Amino acid sequence: MTPTTVETPTGAAQTMVLNMGPQHPSTHGVLRVILELNGEIVVKAEPIIGYLHTGIEKSCEAKTYSQVITLTDRIDYLAPLSNNLGYCLAVEKLLGLEAPKRAQYIRVLLTELTRIASHLVWVGTHAIDLGAMSVFLYTFREREEIMKIFEYVSGQRMMTSYFRVGGLALEPPPGFLDKVRRVIDALPGHIDEYEDLLTNNRIWLGRTKGVGIISADDAIAMGCSGPMLRGSGVAYDVRKAFPYSSYEDFRFEVQTQTAGDCFARYQVRVAEIRESIKIVRQAMEKIPKMDGPIRTEAPGIIPPSREEMKTSIEGLIYHFKIYTEGFAPPPGEVYQVIESPRGELGFFVASDGSAKPYRVKVRAPSFVNLQSLPKLAVGRLIADVVACIGTTDIVLGEVDR
Amino acid sequence: MEFVTQHAVLVVSLVKIVILLFLTLTTLAYLTWFERKVVAHIQSRWGPYYVGAHGLLQPLADGVKFLFKEDVTPPGADKFLYVLAPFLALSLALTTIALIPFGPATITILGQPTQLIVANVNIGLMFLFAITSIGVYGVALAGWSSNSKYPLLGGLRSSAQMISYEVALTLSVVGVVLLAGTLNFNEMVGDQAGYYRYLPFIPRWHIFPQCIGFLCYFTSAIAETNRVPFDLPEAETELVAGFHTEYSSFKFAMFFMAEYANMLTVSFLATILFLGGWLSPFPESWTFLQYLPAVTLLGLGLYLGYDAAVVARGIARIQLIVITFGALVLGALCLLPAVMAVLQGPFWFLLKVACLIFFYVWTRGTLPRFRYDQLMSLGWKLLLPVSLANLVGTALWIVFPLLVKHG
Repeated sequence: MTPTTVETPTGAAQTMVLNMGPQHPSTHGVLRVILELNGEIVVKAEPIIGYLHTGIEKSCEAKTYSQVITLTDRIDYLAPLSNNLGYCLAVEKLLGLEAPKRAQYIRVLLTELTRIASHLVWVGTHAIDLGAMSVFLYTFREREEIMKIFEYVSGQRMMTSYFRVGGLALEPPPGFLDKVRRVIDALPGHIDEYEDLLTNNRIWLGRTKGVGIISADDAIAMGCSGPMLRGSGVAYDVRKAFPYSSYEDFRFEVQTQTAGDCFARYQVRVAEIRESIKIVRQAMEKIPKMDGPIRTEAPGIIPPSREEMKTSIEGLIYHFKIYTEGFAPPPGEVYQVIESPRGELGFFVASDGSAKPYRVKVRAPSFVNLQSLPKLAVGRLIADVVACIGTTDIVLGEVDR
Repeated sequence: MEFVTQHAVLVVSLVKIVILLFLTLTTLAYLTWFERKVVAHIQSRWGPYYVGAHGLLQPLADGVKFLFKEDVTPPGADKFLYVLAPFLALSLALTTIALIPFGPATITILGQPTQLIVANVNIGLMFLFAITSIGVYGVALAGWSSNSKYPLLGGLRSSAQMISYEVALTLSVVGVVLLAGTLNFNEMVGDQAGYYRYLPFIPRWHIFPQCIGFLCYFTSAIAETNRVPFDLPEAETELVAGFHTEYSSFKFAMFFMAEYANMLTVSFLATILFLGGWLSPFPESWTFLQYLPAVTLLGLGLYLGYDAAVVARGIARIQLIVITFGALVLGALCLLPAVMAVLQGPFWFLLKVACLIFFYVWTRGTLPRFRYDQLMSLGWKLLLPVSLANLVGTALWIVFPLLVKHG
């Protein structure tokens, strides 16, 4: 980008080209934005990506279907379980399998906790971007409690890899639901605390209201999804539109705001945390009443139970074959979308009949949402660019994959 | 020795300057510790904890770190101005403290009676504003001479901000000047002695008649010192570090200290102008209050002693024992009648300043940051008219002496 000449009250002058990122405190990782500035007003904004390119999609082609799950954690590292779920559902679709109801409910519970954790990080980082430092520490404190649940269930705080094709990796440990209940019961009070600090704060309103407006038509045209879209008044949520993993059994509202500005997106996300708490509560009611395995029965695809592997020769053979060769789905292509905290997360998986996927393509909501940034930022001040980057809620790992 | 007795005034001034400079620089270092601790506790963290007991040696460690960092000058920087800017910022910030009276007492050094102030200037307030308004040069020059875009934006922002808010800052205290009828700090404090006739429990501090002026002053002061929520020049999430982005090593530390020194100065000023300076809020008949400095120190000593005995371990325990001992000795010293009499003024003065500084830190832990245009419109469209109205109101109040007689 080169400076251009603009008219100012004191005569013609050159614009300034400012390189924001990839090392910058508030580009959420390694996003680089080239800004053309007239004074402090943004004339042109150009996001440049690729600084965190990890080649995950390509790496998937060299791994068996189960090994890919560990890679999906690393796409969107703030919502690993959502990625696990999207990929597992896609492969299950390819295989024509379905996880048992109980596993589906546990998946719902855990992905909603992921959504809460991810939105908490978002509220905190957005607040620190706009200068409210303490909220960041508070939200991370609560997120840590959710991370502890993930660690308790899967052994890992972030790279959980807990969902498997056809169900879950392990039976959740005893006392799991009590831990969840403790966290969930404390959360609404904490969210009230953040809202006390932010929602009615005049400085906060001044910084977010009317900033970074995107109309519903523009948002749809740009392919925005998730809170970006719902903040502009479009009530589209994959969980309602194309229910997966038994979301149709849960009662919840799709949160929308009509203003389409940064404040609307903030309100949508805070409201979504509250909705997710409701969903988690419903799941906690339903799960103890259910019985049955956490994985479906599909010989040759789903590993046999530990007991079967130790006691029967067929079990042992399947176990050995699945863990060494993997399983081979029939040739074909599937596309599965889920609602990740950032929006519509899609997994396209193509199989050529071998044990490794022929192609895996991720429709990353961050990547698609990011393209609306120039639209949000142009004509506003530098400080607003920070707010706009914040409310698109990008995770660079997901943008670059 | 003959020289000393001949030039006693000069020597005494120099001694006072050295002592004050030492105390100020130490206070500045420990203000960082205080701020980090308070903000940490607001954010449910511990803050500095490992360098010394309760992180008390952290400022020292930071100072050493700053000294040993590589001092980078960006290519293309205007060398002279680049070096001048931090010196300007810090030296001007420190100069203002010479004008601050800490207490009413007169002490005798070398047979020379002297007050607790380095320079008792008749136009103290004007002089102080004159010095602080040069302070903007430090920031503007730093931003310009770095030859870098982020500092340039930061420097521009802060020049605009400091100049705009200086107007409101100055106007907001004119009300006090009218009430006190003087620009001398000592006389201003003296003017606030006593109690209101009909409300004998409320001291005649200027904050009560000038509450609007105080609010304007304090808001502008926060903006003038570039603190949250007006910390745009160094808005770290927008401009990386604003005007001092390119500064490293001790030059950065100088900006850092200048910021804290400014914070200290405006708090001093607020205390003198609005909060009765060194005056105690309680009636003089409560003579037992003169033991308060001693009691505070002894209480601190006892608390730290308890900490050392029960909580602390290892080296921290030894440090705490030393501090406990120091606090107890100082507390005992404060019980000497001569020392007690001198310390009354500084004690109340510094207590009020500490409250104001705590408020500063509290704000930082709570509020988000303004945007540039919002900051400007707040300064010009709200603070300036309100302080002007306050000024006119005060003037009318004084012009119609009937009201004063009955009020």
